[in-house]
Amino acid sequence: MFPRIVYESFRRQARRKLLAGIAITLGVAVATAMIAVATDIGDKINRELRSYGANLVVTPQEDTLDVEVGGVNLKPPSDGAFLNEADLPKIRGTFWHHNIVGFSPMLPVTVKVGDGNNKDAKDVTLVGTYFNKALRFGKEDFTTGVKITNPWWKVEGKCGDGAEPVRSGAEGPRPGRVEDSPSACGWPDDNSQDILVGERLAAKLAKKPGDTIEIAGRQLTISGILSTGGAEDDQIVAPLALAQQILGKPGAIRRVYVSALTKPPDALSVRDPKTMTPEVYDRWYCSPYVESIAYQLQEVIPHSHAEQIRQVAQNEGTVLSRIKGLMLLITLAALFASALAVSAAMATAIYERRVEVGLMKALGAGNLAVSAIFFAEALLLALVGGVAGFSAGALLARQIGRSIFNSQISIEPVLFPIIMTIAVFVTFAGSAAAIRRAVKFDPVFALRGEG
Amino acid sequence: MSTTPGTLLTPRQVADRRAHAPHTSMFTRMLLRAAVLRRRRAASALLAMIVAAAVATAMMNLYVDVQAKLRTEFRNYGANVVIVAKDGQSLPADALAKVESVLGAKTLAVPFSYAVARTKDGQSVVVVGTDFARARQLNHWWKVSHWPDAPDEALVGMRAAAVLSPKIGPNRQPFELTFQGKAIQLAPAGMLQTGAGEDSRIYLDQSEFQNWTGVAPSTIEVAASGTAAEVEASIRQLAQLLPTADIRPVRQIMEGEANVLNKTRATLYASATLVVLTSALCVLATLIGWVFDRRRDFAIMKALGASERLINGFFAAEAAALGVVGAILGFFIGIGVAAWIGRVNFHAPVVPRFSVFPYILAGSVAVALISAILPIELLRRVQPAIILRGE
Repeated sequence: MFPRIVYESFRRQARRKLLAGIAITLGVAVATAMIAVATDIGDKINRELRSYGANLVVTPQEDTLDVEVGGVNLKPPSDGAFLNEADLPKIRGTFWHHNIVGFSPMLPVTVKVGDGNNKDAKDVTLVGTYFNKALRFGKEDFTTGVKITNPWWKVEGKCGDGAEPVRSGAEGPRPGRVEDSPSACGWPDDNSQDILVGERLAAKLAKKPGDTIEIAGRQLTISGILSTGGAEDDQIVAPLALAQQILGKPGAIRRVYVSALTKPPDALSVRDPKTMTPEVYDRWYCSPYVESIAYQLQEVIPHSHAEQIRQVAQNEGTVLSRIKGLMLLITLAALFASALAVSAAMATAIYERRVEVGLMKALGAGNLAVSAIFFAEALLLALVGGVAGFSAGALLARQIGRSIFNSQISIEPVLFPIIMTIAVFVTFAGSAAAIRRAVKFDPVFALRGEG
Repeated sequence: MSTTPGTLLTPRQVADRRAHAPHTSMFTRMLLRAAVLRRRRAASALLAMIVAAAVATAMMNLYVDVQAKLRTEFRNYGANVVIVAKDGQSLPADALAKVESVLGAKTLAVPFSYAVARTKDGQSVVVVGTDFARARQLNHWWKVSHWPDAPDEALVGMRAAAVLSPKIGPNRQPFELTFQGKAIQLAPAGMLQTGAGEDSRIYLDQSEFQNWTGVAPSTIEVAASGTAAEVEASIRQLAQLLPTADIRPVRQIMEGEANVLNKTRATLYASATLVVLTSALCVLATLIGWVFDRRRDFAIMKALGASERLINGFFAAEAAALGVVGAILGFFIGIGVAAWIGRVNFHAPVVPRFSVFPYILAGSVAVALISAILPIELLRRVQPAIILRGE
């Protein structure tokens, strides 16, 4: 009898059930999408914050002072210590290598730029770096360089021009981290002898892309004009290998900028690892704090000193926690609103069926039996609406992720039971008051139609 | 009909009252009675209305205000505009005053001047003159053990400190620097740690620095507040005012900020839309129930000869009244919620925006009307007799 009543109720009142079901579906969909977005927003914003540039710098342990004013390096070129380029791929071997978005080595060299033969040579800083270099660590191929770590660098160059040497495709596969959009024109190849000239320097020298320039006795082609809004506007940026040749120190790099996804600092992050107990140390080591990533970088690169760039590292923690906090509060608001919507729909659906209750009670059904029927119906609705809502919410979250962040927002499978539990709970809670009122209602009045 | 039972009225008086109290009076009375007699249902409908309006208000307030709040957070990244004298010269002496007069008091502008000095053992080190009070405000991320408070005290970068190894702290010793033959004794007040170029430098008070080296500021770092367009406008203004200087935005900071802000705004927009839609759904569900519930009133009115227009008008007026009351109450609650979120998350109050009230009001009334009209359309097709018979 019991299943039949429930079944008939769904069959005969399909429209009303549909209304309540839609409310549950929409409510669950919104809740799922919001939870998915809120749990993923930290990672997404963290990646966006990487557009501020590197948050870690690795320098040689025993280094002399930088003597640099306004982007011009006044230090004798061979002075000071260097890191070894061969150690760089090991950065991918650190514990948190998945969190390392990219890194760029830097080797500044002071060169004389002689414009033809008639003008006096001028001191200019030439920085050797990776643009989008293909590297290999173990079995893993990856690319890294300033295109990833310094996304605000803009290069203007000629596209598909004959003056530009043919890009060699012989450097192995390039996992497409940086798509070759039209704005990528003008970037020199990491294995070429082409250079970028800062926009102010180019204006001073009256050079444009495609021109050649004489540096340290070499004729180099300018593949593009670089605009950064920083010191690089007065500098020349060249492939690392070229800078090493000019300096005469193969394999040497002065410092490495590392861009890593980190966790906002907290009480644990600022503690000195030397004073920690082994247990705390493990927890610290296995958390992606900027301090612990710096520590791990020092471990893999010999004779190095890794330091957070406080301007970037410290601020991103605050921005990140603010945005995460905001999304959490909004998610709570969304959960509240959808719970309310589901309750309202359930209450309405049940309130309309007082006559039925009156009839059942007149035929001798107890309060418990009547409530059980309603709760069973609510449970069915909640399960069906919950599954539909969960799928709709997953699609919605994916759409939000794709349109806003250009990347997937993945739904954790563990979310499914949680969402279903919430859906059932909210549906029950929303029905409970209405069911109690319907059951308490005198069957005589209900049957006479006096509601 | 009589509102004051017990007092007898002459037929003329009654006729008078009827003449002066046309349909509207009956109309409002019906509205009020409906609300009073079915308190519970009316209250739940109103509650749904209030919650929806409150959530919508809070979301709109936050959406507008969060961007301003986040921008203030982003200003902690330091200067977004740099003014540099052309070709290694110095800026005019009144440059700082000019910058401040253009950008107003809220903007932070910090002068910097640079020189390369030598230590006792012949090491080159970059010495910077600046205004410590301002630099401290601009560069929140500088980790400083102790800020200098006397003019002959210096802030020593971490790596510079490692090379010079002066004793920093209570028993500090002055160290000597020479610039073009002129020597100066400086007391190290504290250590500076930034992880960038600043670590290799020594910072001095600007006037002390100028007395010693004779070098005037060559760079002013500016933290211009406002939107990207406002910052652009400030840059143009400054360029007119200081023709001898290069004024350029710090792209790293500006683009990073724009990037994060746009993404956050878009997410917030999507979430706010979802939340507002959900609360509208809540209102819809409740109001449909509320109108269905009153199909008996509807049938009686119809049986007594009320025109369709009147009935529609009646239910519409009821819904509109619900919408207005809900919007007003919800608006104030929503402002409270937004202020609370502002305090909890940003540690700063969210300024209430009364300009969103018309939107909230219009939205609430519209949702209420839609939710009322839908069931009426369904009921209209039903014969009043059937409803009254309770079928």
